[in-house]
Amino acid sequence: MLTLSPFYHDLLSALNQGLLMSVALIVPSACGGVLIGIVAGTIRAFGQPWMRKIGDFYAALFRGTPLVVQLFILYFGLPNLGIYLSPYSAAVIGFILCSAAYQSEYIRGALLSIKKGQYLGAQALGFSTRQTLQSIIVPQAIRRALHGCGNEIIYLIKYSSLAYIVTCMELTGEGKTIATEYFRFTEVFAVIAVYYLILVSLAMLALKKIEKLLYIPGFGRN
Amino acid sequence: MQAQLNAVLDAFPYLLFGAINTGLIVIAAMFIGLFIGVLAAVGLVYGPRWLKWALTAYLWFFRGVPILALLFLFYFGLFPHLNIQIPALAAVAAVLGLTTGAYQANIFRGAIMSLPQGQFRAASALGMSEAAAIRSIILPQALRISIPAWSNEYSIILKDSALAFVIGAPEIMARAQFVASRTYQHLPLYLAAGLLYFFLTWAGVTALRKLEHKVRIPGYTEEEKS
Amino acid sequence: MNNAAAPTVPILQAENLSKSFSGQRILKGVSVGLGRGEIKILIGPSGGGKSTLLQCLNCLVLPDEGSISLSGQVIDLHDKKNLYQLRQQVGMIFQDFNLFDHLNALDNITIALRKVRKISRSQAQERAMLELEQVGLGNKAELYPAQLSGGQKQRVAIARALAMDPQVLLLDEPTSALDPELIGEVIAVIRTLAGKGMTMLMATHQISLISNLADEILFMEAGVIVEQGEPAQLLCPGCGSKSVGFCERLSEIADGDGTC
Repeated sequence: MLTLSPFYHDLLSALNQGLLMSVALIVPSACGGVLIGIVAGTIRAFGQPWMRKIGDFYAALFRGTPLVVQLFILYFGLPNLGIYLSPYSAAVIGFILCSAAYQSEYIRGALLSIKKGQYLGAQALGFSTRQTLQSIIVPQAIRRALHGCGNEIIYLIKYSSLAYIVTCMELTGEGKTIATEYFRFTEVFAVIAVYYLILVSLAMLALKKIEKLLYIPGFGRN
Repeated sequence: MQAQLNAVLDAFPYLLFGAINTGLIVIAAMFIGLFIGVLAAVGLVYGPRWLKWALTAYLWFFRGVPILALLFLFYFGLFPHLNIQIPALAAVAAVLGLTTGAYQANIFRGAIMSLPQGQFRAASALGMSEAAAIRSIILPQALRISIPAWSNEYSIILKDSALAFVIGAPEIMARAQFVASRTYQHLPLYLAAGLLYFFLTWAGVTALRKLEHKVRIPGYTEEEKS
Repeated sequence: MNNAAAPTVPILQAENLSKSFSGQRILKGVSVGLGRGEIKILIGPSGGGKSTLLQCLNCLVLPDEGSISLSGQVIDLHDKKNLYQLRQQVGMIFQDFNLFDHLNALDNITIALRKVRKISRSQAQERAMLELEQVGLGNKAELYPAQLSGGQKQRVAIARALAMDPQVLLLDEPTSALDPELIGEVIAVIRTLAGKGMTMLMATHQISLISNLADEILFMEAGVIVEQGEPAQLLCPGCGSKSVGFCERLSEIADGDGTC
């Protein structure tokens, strides 16, 4: 059996711990981001004009400022108003809000890309509004939005490293601690890079699989 | 309320100087990225197999590892290891340049591939060398098509540059943090920083849209893909 | 198929339909009735309201005024259930097909049978195959709209509408989005339908359909039906009707294809 030097032993056990935390950050953030993104995107596509304005403003705001700034406001800024968030909840809330802004962009684009004729065709056959949405619009919108939304989740995996900045100890944070302790930044961050590469590559593979599964002629991207 | 406002007003010139550094980082990174991106894209499309493999690995690495990890890896790890001593600002520009280079390579590759095959053939038929055809026929078209994606890349790099403070580069975020830790006015300062970034995003994207308009060729409009 | 023998209660009857879009009156009190087995053809310049009239008859566009009745039953335009039922019985063929892009030819037909008529999947498939074969596309069932030619798409659209067992078929310029060489296959399908006694109201510029399918021609202009009558009356050479002038111009464009 391979024995590891104390440094690598410490490093790997810390990183594995960090990996768990990273996953615990990514999964709820991705789900929350997609859910809120769907709501916001639908409102931005079909809402009343005033609702659309609010939705557009939300998306522009969160897409136009760095995620770090958003996290700083949530974690370090809100205490000025007497609101205290734990590092974990600050990170997850920040990730969800930011990710949803980007997701809403893809959802909106997908919904608006569906031609009016698809609605007409369904109505002409006697579909109710609910049936039209369920059987015609949603299946098409999912395929149009899938690529963008999937990529957004891949971004989220990488940007989950920012949780370290609000002292939530995930992969990057755990690694930084070990790196500082042993002063071996190259090795530590090379290994961390491998962890992220694996996570990102797995996500990409999964996305490709899903895209292939849902592929329909005429819905290929580009 | 007065105290908060004063803190922001006092700090604002200081933040603005940080914005100059942010601007330098972003401009440097964008041009490093453009240079790498164009070369890598041409290599990816027209290069020999080994080069394609190497470039694919480069793209995979820089598109798969978070900026934060890259900054630590290069600034505290690789650069000292290789005895490269550069200031934090330059290190950030280098790391962001390498990253956006990978993304830009992908953008330009897509643009080159989207051009009709006939363009290259027509150039060859006129007796152009491969290099000349790429330089004067393919790239001018591909770069034009890429401007919308390129301006998107600008706004991503601008936002990523806010991470430079983790290695101590004195840009907007580092300065906001510095003042906030002294005055305890975290919220107003970070809101001010956010506003500054929002403005920079808007200004840059508007400028790039102008550029897009300026270099447009009649009948040659690529619909903006959002 | 003669007007004189028209049955007492028309299948589809619209009275006094009016419709405005953003202040502009597109339909100005149009009335039209279709008896069983009758074929009426709408002609007239584009922008004259033909498309709007057809969409109103199917309530895809709700008329501002007027009434629509199906087999003598007045449709309550404000009751959604009533509208869904009307649309099931009144089939619609669009100029640009409007096939569902994410479903193959077969499922384009089964989806409405299953979701709207609540027929089981296997029965729906059986029926859909039957309809596809009727339009000569039995071997294209698995193909998606993106893989079909325009003429094939329109034939699938017709099969889709027929599978719902409509009492009336409305056709909105079914051949005008097609390349010239693909028009024939769609016309052939429409002729077969006519031969089987399908009740139809069709807007078209296709000269060959106008002259020899129509029981009655309706000439529509500026939101009003200005001429109405049998082809023999309206299209006789030198009778000076708007219809004959219109058809003559169409046949000039069509390069002498068919006669008015």
